[in-house]
Parts: sequence; structure tokens; C-alpha cells
Amino acid sequence: MPTKIEKDSYTGTDTTGHEWDGIKELNTPIPSWWVWVFVASIIFSIVYVILYPAIPLTDSATQGVLGWSQRDTLATELAVRDEGRADITASISEADAAIVEQDHTLRTFALRGGAAAFAENCAPCHGAGGGGRPGYPVLADDDWIWGGTLSAIQETIRVGIRSGHDDERYAEMPAFADMLPQGERIAIAHFVAGLTGKGDPAKAAAGAVPYQDNCASCHGEDGTAVEDTGAPSLNDAIWIYGSDTGSILKQISNPQHGVMPAWEGRLDPVTIKMLAIYVHNLGGGLQEDAGL
Amino acid sequence: MTAQLETGLDEDHHLKYFEKRKKPYPRAVQGTFRRIKWAMLIITLTIYYTAPWLRWDRGDHLPDQAILIDMGARKAYFFFIDIWPQDIYLLTGLLVFAALALFFVTSLIGRVWCAYACPQTIWTDLFMLIERRIEGDGPRRRKRDEGPLSVDKILRKFAKHSVWLLIAISTGGAWIFYFADAPTTLPAIVMGEASSGTYVTIGMFTTTTYLLGGWAREQVCTYMCPWPRFQAAMLDEDTLTVSYEDWRGEPRTRHAKRALAAGDPVGDCVDCNLCVEVCPTGIDIRDGIQLECINCGLCVDACNGVMQKLDRPNYLIRHDTDRNRGLLRDGIARTWKILRPRTVIYALLLFITGCLLLAGLITRAPVALDILADRAPLYVTLSDGAIRNGYTLKVMNKAHDAKRFSLEVSGLYNGKVSGLIEINADPDKVTTIHTHVIAAPVGPPAQQFIMRLIDLDSGKIVEEPAVFRRPAK
Repeated sequence: MPTKIEKDSYTGTDTTGHEWDGIKELNTPIPSWWVWVFVASIIFSIVYVILYPAIPLTDSATQGVLGWSQRDTLATELAVRDEGRADITASISEADAAIVEQDHTLRTFALRGGAAAFAENCAPCHGAGGGGRPGYPVLADDDWIWGGTLSAIQETIRVGIRSGHDDERYAEMPAFADMLPQGERIAIAHFVAGLTGKGDPAKAAAGAVPYQDNCASCHGEDGTAVEDTGAPSLNDAIWIYGSDTGSILKQISNPQHGVMPAWEGRLDPVTIKMLAIYVHNLGGGLQEDAGL
Repeated sequence: MTAQLETGLDEDHHLKYFEKRKKPYPRAVQGTFRRIKWAMLIITLTIYYTAPWLRWDRGDHLPDQAILIDMGARKAYFFFIDIWPQDIYLLTGLLVFAALALFFVTSLIGRVWCAYACPQTIWTDLFMLIERRIEGDGPRRRKRDEGPLSVDKILRKFAKHSVWLLIAISTGGAWIFYFADAPTTLPAIVMGEASSGTYVTIGMFTTTTYLLGGWAREQVCTYMCPWPRFQAAMLDEDTLTVSYEDWRGEPRTRHAKRALAAGDPVGDCVDCNLCVEVCPTGIDIRDGIQLECINCGLCVDACNGVMQKLDRPNYLIRHDTDRNRGLLRDGIARTWKILRPRTVIYALLLFITGCLLLAGLITRAPVALDILADRAPLYVTLSDGAIRNGYTLKVMNKAHDAKRFSLEVSGLYNGKVSGLIEINADPDKVTTIHTHVIAAPVGPPAQQFIMRLIDLDSGKIVEEPAVFRRPAK
């Protein structure tokens, strides 16, 4: 309770009248510059509320007389961005992927666009930078089951693998568990491992003949895959499902088959083209004349 | 009443929390130190306004402005020196050197920086010159300021502030030229075609020049600048400072004849107060060394003029040391001690910093290589079992001509660069390329090796360490 307002003799200022254990409080006025800034802030906030979206209502908010919206601003910015890119996207759309890859500007654009699309659509299985994951092939190496040229990669992305697309890349290895006795399958496994210097040579000898009878038609006599069969080479260092004898035996008996969706219809042709160029440039892309 | 104000109490003997500025109206003065100040004003302002217009040929692709800080390209040019962001230590070195030079000079001859070279002093002097031309000398100006409002007063004030603003704008405008090509920027600024950033910068410098030079003046030195606060650490009793020779001046009197007749001792100081009236910071030098004193020496000039008229020796106020004034009080001649621990240490530090700076400048590499290893994937196994790593190389070519390089690796078993034949590095640019290195699968999971950039024309080699990664066995 304010009791006695008195003038402080030392400062010449009135007290507030409050007193606590003999301590009195001076009623020093707020500096005028502060008051004016405070008043200006209030005026500013009123103007702001009138001009801009401000007060939240149950399912919307006041819109403000300027009609400004963050969403519209973003939409405009995106439209401006797309408009700025229109000619370069048109060039990529019209030109052959090989031509896009040779042109410095188009190539730079395609690599950036491809990298963004890859991170969004491909990296979950094939890994960032095409580094692969267990069961999913590495795209940065020099081994390609369905072809490593620019056009082959573009086609694979378009139609997918075992995807159900009309032009799908399709290959299926029979499950030999029902077709060959276990001893023979083990021998073949050791023989296949022996193609890259692994496995037990003693057991591998018995696998040579069954391999030639059952496997060589697709995987090649020396393990170099026959073109266009969709079969992987068995004499290199790259194994999707593992290179030890046990993994090979499992794959002979009941093979796993990976599936890649067809991206035609999901991604526009320009994005597919940019993706193909990006993957082709991850480090293992082959030139057209080099073949598979 | 004056005495009360100085003890920090107001008329009713209440403690004052705020001391209102006692605005100085300095009187004009002629003499040696005033001439030095005019000369320094002309020299420093000439440098400030003309330096950006000097040209320096750097070839076709580079700016030909002798002094230029190119913010967009993140480069600075100073005649024959190009400074890249990587060379920022040179700027650090330069600032350390400048600070030490300031300490050294201050310990020897006091606040000469404040007196003659500080932009605050220069611009305040320039603004005061204008003020004096339009509103007259100090006392007249004070009289008009304290007098009633009149047409004459308004017109003079208007004229003064217009000229001040004009100077302020040209100061801000000239600042821009250190950051943009001067001959093309000036027309752009005048035509209103320059960037908004340019106008904001000019606006900022115009405002600060006008406020600091026209209104704040000595308050900047007394309250805003940290230098007067710690410069005392550089001073000792052998440092030259502007000081009043009290042993000769005291006891001061305005009535020398009467005092002499009465048989009282009389000093040389006639208490004419001219030293106070000419002081740009409004202090009385006879009170001894003070925080506000910028050591400009205008009081020396004022006092010498009076002493000459009275046929007494000059330099009742002069640059002298604390020690000497003490000696003279006791009737002993002056001694000068220049070699003191602090001057020697400052000089030594200055020399070392200068040498380091020079060495850094001379040994700057014209070509540098930065290597960033790919992180995804860290490594790729190729079909023949070899391991491949990817690297982004940033080749910095600080030279003014294009260079061609080949790339080699060493320290890797069966290591080779894959698919890269030649690197073409543009002049004065960073060229970024991506390349692969292939090596045998045997070896530690992370192996250090050397990438070697070989200049195909000069044969010069730049080496940089990198790390090769393999799957852990």
C-alpha cells in the first residue's frame, strides 16, 4: 500500500510510497526515448496486423489487406525458377542423352539434377553415390549385368528389372534345389568359388562338369557372363549376394532375385535422362562402342 | 560554481549522475603545430580520395585498380600483391604490425596518432574549418549560438550543415571506391544505377561522418574511443607529452606588475586562458596530463604567440617528459632517455613481426592444391579386385596466366590416376575437378599417399597428402 509519497532530498525525485524495512523506492520516470520507442512499436504492430496475416482463428487466420502469403511467395519463386530453367530442360528433353553428356552446360545441369533425383529415388537401395548395399548392386563400379553404356542405363531405369513393365529387363535363375542332388550343388559352389581362387580345389573338381552342363549357358564357360542373358559374371571380384562358398550354394539352391521398379511414369523423361547421365558418371560407365 | 561542477555535484550539492557536455568553441590559432596539422590533413585526405583512382595493370582478366577489395570474388588487390582468402594471416600480421607501431610511437612521443593522423581528428578539423568560414571564430560562434534565433543565424547554420553533408557524402562515396572499380562506379552512383548495398554503405558513412565530425567531435575521443583509456599503459615518465612547464609558469597571474610591486613571486604564465580557448577538446593543459588531451599541440602554438608578444621565451607549453619537468622544478637540466625497456621491446616486436610478414609475403605459394576425398562411397571394388577412391581436387592458381598440370600419385601399391589426362587451371582462379585413384586391394584400410601436381610448362611440383581407403579385411 502506498502510504507516504515524499520527495527524496538526495536526488530530488519523488518516492513511490512503498517502504520495505526502511528501504524506499524512487519513482524515477522511464526515459522518454524508451517511451517513444514503445509507442512506435505499438503503432507498428497495429499497422502490421492490418496489412499482414496475423491473428489465428479456429481453422484459418486473418489475411491482412495486402493479401500476402508465404505459400504464394514460394510458388512464385518456384515458377520463376522453372521459367529460368525452361530452355535448358527443353534442350535436355529434345537431345539424345549422349549429346547432353558431351555439352558442358547441359552436362553440368544434368549431373546436378541427376544427383538430386538419385538421392531421392535411388539412394535408399543403391546407396549414396551409388555405393550399393547388401543385396543391391554397386553402381559406381565397372561391372554391369544389364549394360553399362549410357543408353543401356537409361533403358534399365525406364523399364526396371523384373518390374512387370511391358519391356522389363527379365532374367530368372532356376532353383537347383529341386533339380540337382545336394552333393553336386556343393561341388558346383566350390567350382564357382574357385573361378576367383577361393573354395576347396579338391571339391571343385567334381563341380566342373555339372557347371558346364547347368550354368555355362548363361554364366559362360569360364564364368564370363554371356551377353544379354542378365546373368552376372562369376569370375570377377563383384558379388551381390556374397562370394563365399556358403552364399554361392544358397544362391544355386534357392536364388534370390532383386527387383527394380520401372521409373517410366514415375519420373519424367528428362529426369530419367539426367539420372542415366549421373549414374554413367559415377565412375564405371562404359562407352557405347566398348560393349558390355 | 565551476568548482562544484568539477567535483560532480550540482548546485544543490546533489551527486550528479550525468555530466552535460560543455561544448567547446575553439578559437583559431596559428603556429608550427597548426601548420603540421594542416599538412597532415591535406596529405591524408589526398590519399583517401585519390588512392582508388590509381591504376595497376594485372593483365586481361583482372581488375586494373591498384587498391581494391573485391568482396564478390573474395580477393583483395594492393598494387603487386593479390590477397586470397587463404592469405588472411597477412592481414592479421598487418594489423598486429600496425598495433605494435602505434604502441612503439606512443611510448616514444605520445599520442601523435590522435593528434595528426586519426580520421576523427582529420575530419573534425575539416568540419571546424568549414564552420569557422561560415559562422566565424569560436567566441563569435558561441555568442550567436547563445543569442536569439535570427535569419542570419538560420542561414549560416543551413549553409554549414549543407557543406558538412556534402563532405560527408563524398567521404562515404569515396569509401565505396575501395570496394568497386572507381571509374565505372562513380557514374553509376550519380545516375542512380548502383546497387542498393552501395547506397546503404554510402548512407551509413555519410551519417557517421556527419555525426562524428560535426556533432560528436571530442566526445568520440573522450567517451567512444578505447585508445585514450589504455594508451596510459604505453606512457612512462620519459614519454614526450604536451605539458605545461609549471616550474616556469607558476605562480600565474594576470596582474604581474601589481604582484611584482607587492613583492610576490610571478611566473611566466599571464593566465590569458588562450591555451584553453584554442583547445579542440576544451580542457586546460595547465591541469596536467588528461584523458581528453589528444596532444595536438595547438595550445603550444597559442602560448608561443602570447610569449612572443610579451617578449618572453617560447615554449611555456611544450612537448616534454614527466621526468624533465621534475628535474627542471629542482633546477636540473633535461635528460632524454630513448632506450627504455618498453621502447626496446616494442621495437624488437615490431622488427620480428615485420620480418615474419615479409617472409610470409615472399614465400606464398603461387599454386596450391586442396584434396577432398569422396565420402559416399568411401571406396569401390572393381571387377578385377582393385580398389578405387574418388577425390575432388581444388587447384588454386594465383598466377596471372593459365597453367597446365599433370597429376601423379606416389606411395600406393599399383596406384594410378584413372581417366584424367591434363588439368587446365585458369589464371587467378580455383579450378575444381573430380578424379579417381585406383590401387591394389592389399594395404591398410586408410593409407596416406601423395598427390603430385606437375606444371607441364615449368616442371614445378606441388605435393599434397591424401588418404586412400580400402575395405578392412
